[in-house]
Amino acid sequence: MKINVEKLNLFYGEHQALFDVDLPVPEHQVVALIGPSGCGKSTFLRTLNRMNDLIDGVRIDGSVRLDGEDIYDPDTDLVELRKRVGMVFQRPNPFPMSIYDNVAYGCRVHGLKDKKRLDEIVESSLRGAALWDEVKDRLNASAMGMSGGQQQRLCIARVMAVSPEVVLMDEPCSALDPISTMKIEELVSEIKKDFTIVMVTHNMQQAARVSDYTAFFLNGKLIEHDKTDVIFTKPHDKKTEDYITGRFG
Amino acid sequence: MLDVQKTRQEYIHELAAVQDKVYQMGLKAENAVRQAMQALVTEDRALAAKVMKEDDVIDDMIIDVEDDCILLIAKQQPIAHDLRVIATGFKISTDIERIGDHAFDVARVIAKADDKIMDGERAALLKELGDCAAQMVEMAMQAYREGNIRLADDVRHMDAKMDDIFKRTFYSLSQFINSKSMHPETATSLLFIARFLERIGDHAVNIAEWVIYLETAERIHTKKARYAKD
Ligand SMILES: Nc1ncnc2c1ncn2[C@@H]1O[C@H](COP(=O)(O)OP(=O)(O)OP(=O)(O)O)[C@@H](O)[C@H]1O
Ligand SMILES: [Mg+2]
Repeated sequence: MKINVEKLNLFYGEHQALFDVDLPVPEHQVVALIGPSGCGKSTFLRTLNRMNDLIDGVRIDGSVRLDGEDIYDPDTDLVELRKRVGMVFQRPNPFPMSIYDNVAYGCRVHGLKDKKRLDEIVESSLRGAALWDEVKDRLNASAMGMSGGQQQRLCIARVMAVSPEVVLMDEPCSALDPISTMKIEELVSEIKKDFTIVMVTHNMQQAARVSDYTAFFLNGKLIEHDKTDVIFTKPHDKKTEDYITGRFG
Repeated sequence: MLDVQKTRQEYIHELAAVQDKVYQMGLKAENAVRQAMQALVTEDRALAAKVMKEDDVIDDMIIDVEDDCILLIAKQQPIAHDLRVIATGFKISTDIERIGDHAFDVARVIAKADDKIMDGERAALLKELGDCAAQMVEMAMQAYREGNIRLADDVRHMDAKMDDIFKRTFYSLSQFINSKSMHPETATSLLFIARFLERIGDHAVNIAEWVIYLETAERIHTKKARYAKD
C-alpha cells in the first residue's frame, strides 16, 4: 500500500468530522472519494498531506502511513511531505505570474536554479498535463489569462513538476466545462502510471470512469470501499447504492 | 443523521414502468401458450388463428420496452440495481418474445392441418408438456414481479421435469411412427410441437436466471444435461 489510513478520527474543536476511518490506497491506482456534501471528503483528503494542520483547533488521532511511515510522526518534515503528496484544488488557483514561473515555482522553492534543468521540467510537466501544445508559444504570458480548463491543467503541471508520489485532487473538474473535464479525466488515467491519485468527486460517472477504487463517506464515516467495478455494480451497503443511484443527495 | 430525502422520483417511476411492461408482456405470452395448447387439444382452428394474430401485440410490446430502456440509458446513466433492471428488461423481453413465437408456431400447426391430427392419447401427451411449459413461464414471471429468487430457482429445477416429459413424449411419438399407427407427416408435426413446448421451458429458465441476476448480480447458467448426454 502506498498509503494506509487506520482508525483516523478528526475533530474541528468539539465537532468530530471523521470517525475511525480505515482506508488503504494502493500504489499507482486512482481512489475516488464520494459522498454527500459535508460528509468529510475534503477533510479526509487534507489529512493525507497534513493540510488540516493549518486550521486552528484541529485534533487528529489514528495513523496515516505513507510507504509505511506515519506522517503524523513529530519528526515529519512538512515541506518534504507536501512535495511527496501534492494537491490540486477545486478551483484552479494559478499564481499571478507567468505560465513558466507557475510550473517552475515548486522546483525553485526546493532550491533548483539550473535554467536548463528548469526548462526541461517545465516542458515535461506541461506535456504531462496535456497543455504543452496549447501554451508552448506563450510561456511568459500570465497564467491568469488562461481558460479555466487550461488553468486547472496548469495546476496539475505545477504539482507534477516537483515529482510527487501522490496527487490529491479535490473536485478538480467541478469548475470546468465537459471538454476540459474529459481532458482532466484522460490526464488522470494517463498519469497514474507515475503517481498514486486520490480524488474527490461529486460526479458519479467520473468516479466510475477514472477510478480503480471507490470509497463512500457518509456523516464522517467510511461506509465502504472496494474496487470501483464492484461499487458501481454491486455495492455491499444499501446506503451506498442509494447514494450512487441518486436516491438521496 | 443526514436527512435522507427521496430524489429522482421520476426516474424510479420510469424504472418501475419498464418492469411492469415486461411483466405484462410475460402474462400475454403465458396466455398465448395456454391458448395455443387449448387450440391444439381441441383442434380449434379459430382459436389457433386468434393466437397467431395476437403475437403481433407481443412484438409491439417488445419494441416499446426496448425504446424505454434505451432512453433511460441515454438520459439517466443507470448503475447497480437500476442498470440490472434495464439489462434484464432487454434480455427477459427477448425471451418472452421467443415464447410468444413458439406459441405462434404451435398454433400454426393446428391452423394449417388439413385433417384431424389429434386424439385423446396424443392430446394427453402434449398437454402434459404444454402445461409444464406454461407453468414455468407463469412462475418465472411471478418471480420477476416479486424479485423472488427462490421461485426463480424452482423454475430452474423444473427444467429436469420438462426434460423427462419431453423424452417420454418423444419416445411415444416415435412409437406411433414405427407401428405405422400414425401418418408420418402428422407425427412430424406433433414432434415439432413437442420441440416448441420444450423450447418455451428453456426460455422460462433463461428468465429465471435473469431474475436471479437482477436481484443478486450473480450470473448463473443452468447446464443442459440432455445435450451433454446425447
Ligand atoms: N475549517 C473547518 N472548521 C470547522 N469545521 C469544518 C471545517 N472544514 C470543514 N468542517 C466541517 O467538517 C465537516 C466535513 O466537511 P468537508 O468540507 O470535509 O466535507 P466535504 O465532504 O468535502 O463536503 P463538500 O462535498 O461540500 O465539499 C462539515 O460538517 C464541515 O462543516
Ligand atoms: Mg469538499
